[in-house]
Amino acid sequence: MNVSAAPHVRSKDTTSSIMRDVAIALAPTLIFGIWNFNRYGYGLNAFLLIVICVVFCVGTEFIYEKLMKKPNTIGDLSAVVTGLILALNLPATLPLWIAALGSIFAILVVKMVYGGLGQNFMNPALGARCFLVISFAARMTAFPAEFPGVSVGVDTVATATPLTALKAGATVDVFKMFIGTTSGTIGETSVVAVLIGAIYLVARKVISLRIPVTFIVTTLVFVELFGGHMGDMNYLLAHLCGGGLVVGAFFMATDYVTSPITPMGQIVFGIIIGILTGIFRLFGGSAEGVSYAIIITNLLVPLIERFTMPKAFGKEAVKK
Amino acid sequence: MGLSTFKGGIHPYEGKELSEDKAIMKLEPKEVLVFPMGQHLGAPANPTVAVGDKVLVGQRIGEASGFISANICSSVSGTVKAIEPHLTTGGAMSLSVIIENDFNYTPVEGFGVKRDYKALSAEEIRNIVKDAGVIGMGGAGFPTHVKITPKDDNAIDYVIINGAECEPYLTSDYRLMLEETEAMIGGLKVVLSLFPKAKGIIGIEENKPEAIKKVKELVAGESDISVCELKTKYPQGGERMLIYATTGRKINSTMLPADAGCVVNNVDTMISIYMAVCESTPSIRRTLTVTGDAMNNTANVQVRTGMSYKEILDEVGGFKTTPEKIISGGPMMGAAMFDIDVPVTKASSALLALTKDEVAKYEPTACIRCGRCVAACPSNLIPQKMAEAAERFDDETFEKLEGMECFECGSCTYVCPAKKRLTQAFKQSRASVAAARRAKAAAAAKK
Repeated sequence: MNVSAAPHVRSKDTTSSIMRDVAIALAPTLIFGIWNFNRYGYGLNAFLLIVICVVFCVGTEFIYEKLMKKPNTIGDLSAVVTGLILALNLPATLPLWIAALGSIFAILVVKMVYGGLGQNFMNPALGARCFLVISFAARMTAFPAEFPGVSVGVDTVATATPLTALKAGATVDVFKMFIGTTSGTIGETSVVAVLIGAIYLVARKVISLRIPVTFIVTTLVFVELFGGHMGDMNYLLAHLCGGGLVVGAFFMATDYVTSPITPMGQIVFGIIIGILTGIFRLFGGSAEGVSYAIIITNLLVPLIERFTMPKAFGKEAVKK
Repeated sequence: MGLSTFKGGIHPYEGKELSEDKAIMKLEPKEVLVFPMGQHLGAPANPTVAVGDKVLVGQRIGEASGFISANICSSVSGTVKAIEPHLTTGGAMSLSVIIENDFNYTPVEGFGVKRDYKALSAEEIRNIVKDAGVIGMGGAGFPTHVKITPKDDNAIDYVIINGAECEPYLTSDYRLMLEETEAMIGGLKVVLSLFPKAKGIIGIEENKPEAIKKVKELVAGESDISVCELKTKYPQGGERMLIYATTGRKINSTMLPADAGCVVNNVDTMISIYMAVCESTPSIRRTLTVTGDAMNNTANVQVRTGMSYKEILDEVGGFKTTPEKIISGGPMMGAAMFDIDVPVTKASSALLALTKDEVAKYEPTACIRCGRCVAACPSNLIPQKMAEAAERFDDETFEKLEGMECFECGSCTYVCPAKKRLTQAFKQSRASVAAARRAKAAAAAKK
């Protein structure tokens, strides 16, 4: 017979069931990515990148915990999710060894040395992506040819994503961007595939709409106000559908560990990421800025939480 | 208009279908009854009998030892066999009067005499309730005479019956609302007579349509009593949540319901008030739910206080299989028992036996900051941060995070995907902060 403190019942949700839901929600995006880049001849490489990222993320966590004599936590599936998210941030042309290196960096440097799941202050997948972009700038922007006319001038292999083309003054096909038959990283091109996963996550109550909606709306308002294309619907929709805004909003900014836990803080968090994304996109050197906006705002989370603590129930009440 | 409710809360498996259709069954005790002197919130009562004394049904055997304390009366006639510490449902030993039943059930003089509450003054009614040892039967066991004695009777706008019964599995309040409706409404009228400006509200969760119908029929002609249908959600029956849902008023941990112009009593408490005032019967019985998937039979039973849980279990039909967990009360706030040879008290509400212990099934893992605890907390707290403070015994931070506003409903712990034992940690921190506050107050008083 067991004796323990109340409550004596528990919900069925566990960390691994939540992570499993996130992995399921990422499936449409990743499958679409493989199909999309197969058109350019990179389908197999895209698939292998996804596999490599997952294997190296899980493997790094496993080996680290073995060496450090810590309990094995790979069963919580959080490393699988990190691997999947890192993969969707990579170009389909990337050599596999770079993906493996990024995976090791994500788990070892961004997550485990800070104490593992729940202790990392930055989204591991995005931290790794930014590390790779800095270290392998050309490789990380070597997207299959879509806009061969627009040169970004880094490398002959590199070609523009719709957003770079837009920044260079070209007109883009917003419908194609919504469907996703454009170039970019494996998982950033298809808005519709991301939305299918997002609907699943919201329906399963894994994420709330507070962060994604405030993030997206703020970005669009910022772009509308300062983008110099006031009233140009095509321009605005291109910013909505391009540069991984939607995938970042639903799958990366919503990372539990690195976003505020206070409901009001989540709204503030979304707004700050939106403003930063707008600044980076319009005034930065690159056409994109979602990843950096998220990881920089990740660092502000403790501060945001401090100023957004909710008032306890009945605290304002006064005795009659 | 939508159903009244509050923000937060959870929807655990209700389990009420196991016992909700079982009519209340009266059970009689065997030879020995045990009456712990500490079965209410506040100071334990002092025994007023000695070993060898003859006692009668309804006779006082324990006297309230302070303002927040309550009398205890014998539920049988017989002889005082011993006065010694005895195990109670919470797992602690409590000084208890142990009585040998003579099976004659000879009552004290005046027991059961009908009285018209309208002929009694407010002071007389309060004294009767106090003498009868009526306490809050919803779980906390707060002495009822204190609750119905606010500073200003005219400041009370609402008298609320807590018919939410939001704890999973429990159905005894539901059965009482169906079977002893008149007595419950009678108790409400007695309490309403104390407060010139008050209206009566009976709050019932929508998962009890039969009870809502029955009570509505009975109060149809009463202009100052209404039924408030509540959304089925735990902890809807928490006092602060119930007051908010029924009146829109809010209280915090430093306030009593009376501070918001409310008096709240549980169903069985209201019936006890009625029995004490109108039928000269002190609080000596308790209605309990006997349920759970480890039981051969489920039941709603009415027993004399002091009867052993073990006797109730045997009478109802025993265990089907060896339970992994036996609980006194509901699964959210009840106490796990390691020995069921403990007495039923006025605050007992159920005997629940489960074949699976969901606590033991999961080991706590790292918090992923998912925020489910924040969404579930009816007190609008951040349990995740409170747990961080509690785990490093940082009482100061715990207090700053409003940890004392937590009423240990367990919702955060229920939803936590990392299966962290949040409520358990909060209980410890809250006790530690409360002790420090008392010590500080005592030191200040000394100066």
